Amino acid sequence: MMKVCPSSILRQTMNGKLFIKGLKDGIPIALGYLAVAFALGFAAAGTGMNALQSFFMSFGMLASAGEYAAIMLIGSAAGIGEMIATTLVINLRYFLMSCSLSQKIEEKTPIWKRLLLAWFVTDELFGISSAVEGRLDPVYTYGAAVVSVAGWTLGTVLGVVAGEILPDRLESALSVALYGMFLAIIIPPARKSRFMALLIIISMAASILFASLPLLSSISEGFRIIILTVVTAGVAAAVRPVSEET
Amino acid sequence: MGSRIYLSLVIMILTIYAIRVTPFLIFRKEIKNRWVRSFLYYVPYVTLAVMTFPAILSATNSVYSGCAALVIGILVALFGGDLFTVAISTCVAVFLVELFL
Repeated sequence: MMKVCPSSILRQTMNGKLFIKGLKDGIPIALGYLAVAFALGFAAAGTGMNALQSFFMSFGMLASAGEYAAIMLIGSAAGIGEMIATTLVINLRYFLMSCSLSQKIEEKTPIWKRLLLAWFVTDELFGISSAVEGRLDPVYTYGAAVVSVAGWTLGTVLGVVAGEILPDRLESALSVALYGMFLAIIIPPARKSRFMALLIIISMAASILFASLPLLSSISEGFRIIILTVVTAGVAAAVRPVSEET
Repeated sequence: MGSRIYLSLVIMILTIYAIRVTPFLIFRKEIKNRWVRSFLYYVPYVTLAVMTFPAILSATNSVYSGCAALVIGILVALFGGDLFTVAISTCVAVFLVELFL
């Protein structure tokens, strides 16, 4: 008969409880993801990506702006360098989140747990993982990730299917859903801070200049996003550094 | 076409994973530099603004419905609409404008 150490049983039940708590906390995230991913899948279908490709993208990337850029880059037949550079710049904030989470887990957390946790660093999963009191046990994040990744990928596939079967009128209407969500993210901070409002207006103005001026508009979309983001956010950070809490 | 899409996806999936995993493997220290933190704080807002405008104007069947989506989206977001409400109102705006075109 195998001898089981009582402390390992205790750890196992605690792990199970933590995982289930993660599953529960992941439900509201999954519902939100379902809608955003639906809009993404819809956009993916618009550039000719099929359900399997979109599923693969969503499962691997778990990023809204990042995936939208990916769809755009695939649609514009971007080169490898442009794809890597754009993905790096747009998703750079995950680097900061991973830095922060790497401080929150136990120092002796095994490598495989770190590798798995890194995959799940999204805005929302980062949010609930940082909100955990004290040290973070990745098992909690895994629980939340199982539910939310399911919502994210399911939403994407449904969006692709809708994009393929819906009539033209509805297709046109739904194609702005993702932009609507982007507006919902950037407008509230602009309402609270005059600087943020100015920053967003400048970003949009620069964007339309780049898109319409003769020489500038020859720059591909990926590089356009990189240049505008790095310059605008870089200057903003120098002019108005954010306080430590943010 | 299909294999080019998969190749692109693999490249971008590996890139985004590299961003997320590097701090767990190497850095292990929080970034304290104020400019870097501020820069990374502003990046998503600038990127989303740049990707939304002017692209939203040409996303629909007509530039008028695209304009309507932009204006309604901003208004609803200003008046405190959540993610879902803002998204749906832009869709409804497009649908209604295109009914009359």
